Amino acid sequence: MIINHPILGPRDAQEFVYLGDASLIDRPDGMTAGIESFHDYLYNRDNPAGLHRELWYHEQGDRSWLVVTRNTVSHEITSVELARDVARARGRSK
Amino acid sequence: MADILKPLTALGHGAPETVQIGPLRIAERFDVALASLAQRRGQEAAFAKAAAGLGLPLPGAARAEAGPVLAAFWVAPEMWFVEAPFASHEDIVAALKPAFGEAASLTEQTDAWVRFDLSAPDLGPLLERLTNIDWPQAPVGYASRTVIEHLGVYLIRRGAGEATLYGPRSSAASLLHALEVTAASVV
Repeated sequence: MIINHPILGPRDAQEFVYLGDASLIDRPDGMTAGIESFHDYLYNRDNPAGLHRELWYHEQGDRSWLVVTRNTVSHEITSVELARDVARARGRSK
Repeated sequence: MADILKPLTALGHGAPETVQIGPLRIAERFDVALASLAQRRGQEAAFAKAAAGLGLPLPGAARAEAGPVLAAFWVAPEMWFVEAPFASHEDIVAALKPAFGEAASLTEQTDAWVRFDLSAPDLGPLLERLTNIDWPQAPVGYASRTVIEHLGVYLIRRGAGEATLYGPRSSAASLLHALEVTAASVV
């Protein structure tokens, strides 16, 4: 599998480490959000047969976190973004 | 006490090693000081000014560039490794910190890496067996992190048949072994 890195171009998937669902970016505020939303964040994941947004780490590359949109049925990758840009677009500071 | 202590190279000897296998030459280098340099957020202008003042190039993604004294290669967005002559920059962080001040985060890297300079008329057969870098397509000045036998390394193309390899210092002998075995199989 080849991941088309937004900065470095096509790179082999063996350079990357998979973390999981990209919803991990949206951590609820532990002080104000209810326990239910934190429970959802920790334990509940969708398991779609189709497009899935997931976090990949370019460990043997430029050490960037990426949000990869991948079809879990065909493994086709339709979009790759820097997780930094995704998080900032949602108003996160880091 | 100090006069009986002798510095050792990454391979554990008093002098750097050079290995010749057919046309391939593997030369250990220990005369280069290394530091990582990361631009702090919101400090773009001060950072660029400090680098320009030092004559330090800041190459773009996957590139390496040399200035008069200092050289740099890109490792991550807004982050570079700086190379300097060890003789004049043994304490490389102390040499760079005054220029960058609060605009950058610097970390000493000299003793974390082993450096091998590779030279051969064609390094392609060797590197295509060891890494997943498309060496024939990589232009001079290309720099990338990659993997050689499970070791994370930095590979820099210095010229048509010249490359620099930085690997983890604690695995220096294993990395050299991988290079020697592969070189022997392509001679």
